[in-house]
Amino acid sequence: MSNSRSFVVDDPQKGVFLLDREALVSDQVLRDEMRNIFAKCWIYVGHGSEVKKPGDYQTRRVAGRPVIFVRDQAGQVKCHFNTCRHRGAIVCNDRAGNTRRFNCIYHGWIYGNDGALQRVPGEEAYTEAFDKSAYGLKGPARFENYRDFWFMNLDPNAQPLADYLGKAKDYIDLIIEQSPSGQMEVLPGTQEYDVSANWKLMVENSVDDYHLPSTHSTWLNFMSNSGVKVEPPKAKDQVLPTRGWAIELGNGHFTTDNVNFRGRPVAKWIPIYGEEAKAEIDEIRAELVSRLGEERATRVADTNRNLVIFPNLVINDGSSVTIRTFYPDGPNKMHVLAWALGPVEETESARARRLDAFLTFYGPGGFATPDDVEALEMVQQGLANWEDDRWSEMSRGMGREGEQLNSDEHHLRIFWRKWNTLMTGTGK
Amino acid sequence: MSASSKTFSVARADVEDFLFHEAFLLDNWKLKEWEELLTDDAGYYIPPNDNLEASHRGTLFTIADNRERIRQRVIRVLDPNCHAEHPHSHLSRIIGNVRLMDQHGDEVTVWSNFVCHRYRRNERIGEYVGSIRHILKIDGKSFKIKERRVHLKSHELGSLGSVSFIL
Repeated sequence: MSNSRSFVVDDPQKGVFLLDREALVSDQVLRDEMRNIFAKCWIYVGHGSEVKKPGDYQTRRVAGRPVIFVRDQAGQVKCHFNTCRHRGAIVCNDRAGNTRRFNCIYHGWIYGNDGALQRVPGEEAYTEAFDKSAYGLKGPARFENYRDFWFMNLDPNAQPLADYLGKAKDYIDLIIEQSPSGQMEVLPGTQEYDVSANWKLMVENSVDDYHLPSTHSTWLNFMSNSGVKVEPPKAKDQVLPTRGWAIELGNGHFTTDNVNFRGRPVAKWIPIYGEEAKAEIDEIRAELVSRLGEERATRVADTNRNLVIFPNLVINDGSSVTIRTFYPDGPNKMHVLAWALGPVEETESARARRLDAFLTFYGPGGFATPDDVEALEMVQQGLANWEDDRWSEMSRGMGREGEQLNSDEHHLRIFWRKWNTLMTGTGK
Repeated sequence: MSASSKTFSVARADVEDFLFHEAFLLDNWKLKEWEELLTDDAGYYIPPNDNLEASHRGTLFTIADNRERIRQRVIRVLDPNCHAEHPHSHLSRIIGNVRLMDQHGDEVTVWSNFVCHRYRRNERIGEYVGSIRHILKIDGKSFKIKERRVHLKSHELGSLGSVSFIL
């Protein structure tokens, strides 16, 4: 451990929670994060639907590690390090595709899509000490999935993924219940962009409903212009038209859980979808009710949530369903990947509506995300004064007993407590 | 078939003049005037960098606006509370390699290349590079824009971050 000090001042009695801004700017902190967080926690790699057929693969850099996410000929989903065992070159330079083997261009070593080393040119030149079967592509120590969401862990002693996810599993289940067959798929088209801000600011931003009226007033105008009722809240402690909660899920995971006002492709109509969509939304809803019962169908259709799987996976089940993950690229920069997720049996028109609903808010050309990016980059710029203006104030809602509001900072404190524990080796 | 073997009822120079005018309006945030160049059913599309040929109905785009969404986008980006574009980015685009590709009745399909530089205080320079397909409707001596589809050449948006202005 680099230090035993705490990055937070956390005093529930006095209602004080302060974050040391060094956590957001320091090279040393980032090096410690790579060791204490990204090498210890379960890190999202991809969804099984991205590699549907044997040989399908995606290459990506997961927390700085080049990997190949692939379905082998036997149908098993695998994660290989994209690094030749011979001299270290990456063995696949395409973003995605279908192949039986990966060929290293440097000296021609060839690996099967299961990772096994198949061919070494001039193999006769090696002694008996060279065991070809021991030179398959390496991979993360652990690679497991929950309902086709695949995660890697670099720590061989990590707890099983299912235990790690804990209560977050219920929220993943709730999202998957949108599909009559219980199968969701990642839709084609990747949003991939950099943000000049520390990666942890994206965690905060993804679940921080306090910022919505100030950062996203143009989105609220757009909603309002489009016939969506956006009434200011009546309760003084509320900032959104509807009430919402912040819920701790254990192991650093948490979610917001809100009554929906902004429409949902599954299955709450708003005027933006058009009159012609009403009948189909009604059908989707009727299917939910017949399959899940009235109460659970209401839960699926009329509430939305932004779920954080610690440390860097966000599933926004809001105006659409997004999977968003992000990796640090230096303390002042992150790399973001985002996809849309939808039920496999969705009709062409419902799919088009889902994608359109996604773009009303999310993504680099959406009506809200660019302003989030702007806010995070302005934070990072302001943090240049960190040594003389050291603490971020994060006590909002600390005096609240019982249920916690989405527009307070309860859930942000959950993240920072977990992060601080892993970084300083304190508590457990 | 090469573009030059087809016949067109319009001259390339007239199309270029129109595209240069559009670029001027967009660079200078004269977006209400720019909207007047659009047909009532105009669309504005930016497919994802990793799937340029896809349809927005089955693939997640960066931007897929119908005419009403364009209207809302213009309202948004001109609002001082559109933080990503306030103060407005300084934009400069160069249009070139204009090619008339096809004509059906009064609709002309045009491909051109562009380089658009975007400058903001305290931020990296954005260099947006790619091709645009315009579907132009002949309107007397000028044109209306029925569709503009922007293909970015970078493998991902990457350091460009957002497309928060009208590209």
